[in-house]
Amino acid sequence: MEFGAALAANLTSPPVLAFALGFLATALGAELKLHEALYDALSVYLLLAIGLKGGVAISVAEAGALLWPALAALALGTAIPLWCYAVLRRLLRLGAADSGALAAHYGSVSAVTFVAALQFLAARGVPAEGFLPALVALLEVPAIVVAIALARAGGAAGGGGGLREALHEVVFGRSVVLLVGGLAIGVLTGERGYAAVKPLFSDLFLGALVLFLLELGVVAARRRGDLRRAGAPLVAFAVIAPIVHAALASLLGPLVGLSPGGTMVFATLAASASYIAAPAAVRLALPEASPSLYLASSLVVTFPFNLALGLPLYDAFARLAHRLLG
Amino acid sequence: MAIHTVPVQRVTIVAESLLEERLLKDLEAAGARGYTLTAARGAGARGVRSSEWEGGNVRIETLVSDAVAQRLLERLAEAYFPHYAVVAWVETVEVVRGDRYV
Repeated sequence: MEFGAALAANLTSPPVLAFALGFLATALGAELKLHEALYDALSVYLLLAIGLKGGVAISVAEAGALLWPALAALALGTAIPLWCYAVLRRLLRLGAADSGALAAHYGSVSAVTFVAALQFLAARGVPAEGFLPALVALLEVPAIVVAIALARAGGAAGGGGGLREALHEVVFGRSVVLLVGGLAIGVLTGERGYAAVKPLFSDLFLGALVLFLLELGVVAARRRGDLRRAGAPLVAFAVIAPIVHAALASLLGPLVGLSPGGTMVFATLAASASYIAAPAAVRLALPEASPSLYLASSLVVTFPFNLALGLPLYDAFARLAHRLLG
Repeated sequence: MAIHTVPVQRVTIVAESLLEERLLKDLEAAGARGYTLTAARGAGARGVRSSEWEGGNVRIETLVSDAVAQRLLERLAEAYFPHYAVVAWVETVEVVRGDRYV
């Protein structure tokens, strides 16, 4: 069975095992934390590398191919927070601030999960469109804005700075700036320019990702105590929402002209929850929302779930959708 | 020969680092003429805040007049104490060249 084989291969891939090592070692009391400066440098490196590679791919592709997937990404980025907010408020009976905060996280994306999806495909030799990093930047912004606006409309108090400050935090946050900047550099420099920096940005990429995931495992383990405060319904949400979002995106993928590989990555993007850009924006704009709720669900539940089980599952979704609609 | 010193207020604010820019604007608005900012780690009523992941903490110290110190504390109480991890205290300290601060 193809799914079983993909799952087994994924669970024994270096990034997934590094995350598990970081998590287990920290849970057992080992001190693995990377130095803050190294963590910072790694995240800059990973984001810029994705952007560069995407930009080079765009420079050799036809521009029209990007239009429909980009519109689909914008539509999903707006729709996901709407229904997440409704479910969290009505079904889980959370307050406006907490519902908005969680909706922002689930509508927004995790760049590391995106990278893991690309690696998952690369390991199997499945091609994916080069412009996909542009979708990461597109999905990041609208969801956070929509979710914060919803929470405000629902009665959540704003911080001193408010929505504009949160928007600035997202648009000029590290992930969007480096992704978009990397894309621009890649487009401008093309394949010839990229050849010069390829040894650093391409050949060493997987190794850097392994180090970063080790650190994420450590951080997730340190946050695991917050799970108790989140409670079973939120943990269930943190697993079910990604699956639903991935299924939706898988159906959209073939309709907007994405390849099976591109559809798998798009589904993973829809399934992933932000834990870098969204927390900072939400903390500023919805200070009443509890960070332990949104960090526990996005980082301790959804991220590991997507990394270990989600990737092969969304791959199966994408292939099924292409068989049905392609 | 003893150097002449003047009493001024030292306001120390420890806050989640996400608030750094906002706090510095508030400092200026309240009339502070300078500050010292350092990265900080620690624990308190809102839990351990020690990693860059959660943003870490900043420690801001400023030497000001009584009136400015009051304005600052009022601003903190109004805008930050309800929802953010912020601690602040005031001490009277002796400085040389007192006219630089008030």
